[in-house]
Amino acid sequence: MDSDPLIAVERLTRVYAMGPHRVRALDGVSAEIGRGEFVAVMGPSGSGKSTFMNLLGCLDRPDGGRYRLDGEEVGDLDADALAAVRSRRIGFVFQSFNLLPRLTARANVELPMVYNRAVLRAERASRAEAALIAVGLEERAHHRPSQLSGGQQQRVAIARALVNRPPLLLADEPTGALDSRTTLEIMALFQRLNRTGITVVLVTHEPEVAAFAGRVLLFRDGHLNEDRRQVPQEASP
Amino acid sequence: MSPLDALRTALGSLRGNPMRTALTMLGIVIGVAAVIAMVAVGTGAREQVLRQIASLGGNLILVGQGSVVRGGVRLGAGSAATLVEEDAAAIAREVPGAVIATPLVRWWLQVVAGNQNWGTTLFGITPEFLEARDWTIAEGRAITKEDVAQANKVVLLGRTVVRNLFGGGDPVGQTVRVFSTPLTVIGVLAEKGQNASGNDQDDVVYVPLYTAKRNIPGMAKTNSRFVHQITVKMEDGADMVEAQEQIRGLLRQRHRLAAGQENDFWMRDLSEVGATRDASARALSTLLAAVAAVSLLVGGIGIMNIMLVSVTERTREIGLRLAVGARRRDILAQFLIESTALSLLGAAVGVALGIGSAAAVSHVAGWPTLVRWETVALAVGVSGLVGVFFGLYPARRASLLNPIEALRHE
Repeated sequence: MDSDPLIAVERLTRVYAMGPHRVRALDGVSAEIGRGEFVAVMGPSGSGKSTFMNLLGCLDRPDGGRYRLDGEEVGDLDADALAAVRSRRIGFVFQSFNLLPRLTARANVELPMVYNRAVLRAERASRAEAALIAVGLEERAHHRPSQLSGGQQQRVAIARALVNRPPLLLADEPTGALDSRTTLEIMALFQRLNRTGITVVLVTHEPEVAAFAGRVLLFRDGHLNEDRRQVPQEASP
Repeated sequence: MSPLDALRTALGSLRGNPMRTALTMLGIVIGVAAVIAMVAVGTGAREQVLRQIASLGGNLILVGQGSVVRGGVRLGAGSAATLVEEDAAAIAREVPGAVIATPLVRWWLQVVAGNQNWGTTLFGITPEFLEARDWTIAEGRAITKEDVAQANKVVLLGRTVVRNLFGGGDPVGQTVRVFSTPLTVIGVLAEKGQNASGNDQDDVVYVPLYTAKRNIPGMAKTNSRFVHQITVKMEDGADMVEAQEQIRGLLRQRHRLAAGQENDFWMRDLSEVGATRDASARALSTLLAAVAAVSLLVGGIGIMNIMLVSVTERTREIGLRLAVGARRRDILAQFLIESTALSLLGAAVGVALGIGSAAAVSHVAGWPTLVRWETVALAVGVSGLVGVFFGLYPARRASLLNPIEALRHE
């Protein structure tokens, strides 16, 4: 099972209709990402990297090709089945954190478990706390997002992504709104989580951030232009 | 998402914006309060009418002398002179459930006492009449069987007549004159007030039946057995419609009316008078309820409006919820529960306010009001439906958002 790649895409295609034109945002991309890899996805805007991430995240469906995630064919599942896949197998981290301002840090972390039938109500509190400990924010559990710094907010968001114990963490420009010192902290956190076995796929346009990954996928004009492995830089703040 | 989580989420977001929640609820609050208060006023009015009818004598049937057509000229009521004392006896004997059937004659005339005189209605009655109408005697004694049999020259006065002839003085034992006949006052009737049609029931004098017949000029001329009206009291719970049918059949037979010939008498069930008043009170209730229903509708539109704003404002939240595993139906449920909770909360406040207003109307204006739990249940139920109905469109819009676009929404 472990030899089976976590992600396997084959000739993945996504076409958008822009008025009379049809834009092939993603044009026959094939790739595999193994379990425990740390991958940076790069490319200029319009290169198809966001489309690729949306497809990997099961937020969108491909117009052609196949997508196997964690041993399951997910390319043509319906909306409810995709929601279940997102709930159990994928954790999302966004550039703008996307925390709900009304809720405390812990309540934000608990949110994904509300939609996961596999987690009992009684387990929620302890799992949320464990996730906050994993990101080093246990003392801030009862703070609201507005009472937290940007770095802390992103840690809460990462705890939220971890709480359903998914094998895959997808991060979309997670350091885009952070200063360089905080960026280093967050990247160190990603590396630490990656060493515990979680596969991390991260979109960035900053080469300094991509340097912390063990593999870089470079997109251009809807194609996978370059697939480079590298020795990751250590992000110790 | 479990229903408990959905409810908790909905209440959380309502609590997150208390001012908006309160203002949105206001439409429903006013609507429900209006429904409850207005229906309470309408129902109270009806109850009052029903009580007045009961005070008239709930299960009375009045049979009166009808009109006849002579040579194409239709003469007025009472012109037939075919209703007789024996008809009353026959009704008492033959109509099942008839407790009392008693005849009366009446005359509008002047009553004189000393130098005072007063125009009023004189009734020639039997003791059973007082019993049928639940009249009680305030002072002195009632008319007895012997008074009737011997045509004693005695009279019972209504309170209004006493006031106009004797002022504040005690009339019992004094003498009043009707035409040239002196009558001894033996008692005063207890005050009864106005009846359902606004007539003063205390503006009357009662004398024994035969005293009236022998001493009132013109009364005895036609037919000595003639009566103007028969008052029939049915036993409690009797079928009034059936009883009227029986009386009609009996009198037609006794008066030898051929099939197709018009009745020479009229008949009135006192509950019919009430029914008319009751119907108008009911129409008033319906009208008030309709006005209130419109305000509920307006409240519902207010909810839809705010829910649409809320969905737009929370687009990113919806995107995030979808990303972390919410299904479309979870989002739909969240917003539906939110709008329903909003309207039910409004309904709860409205119920309290409505009951309070009804009590205030009773207290200040002195109108009788009655809050029925059916009204409360209906108002709350309708509010719930309003919440679901007007929440459906915004909730559906929320649930159909594309998660990618929703997450990117500014």
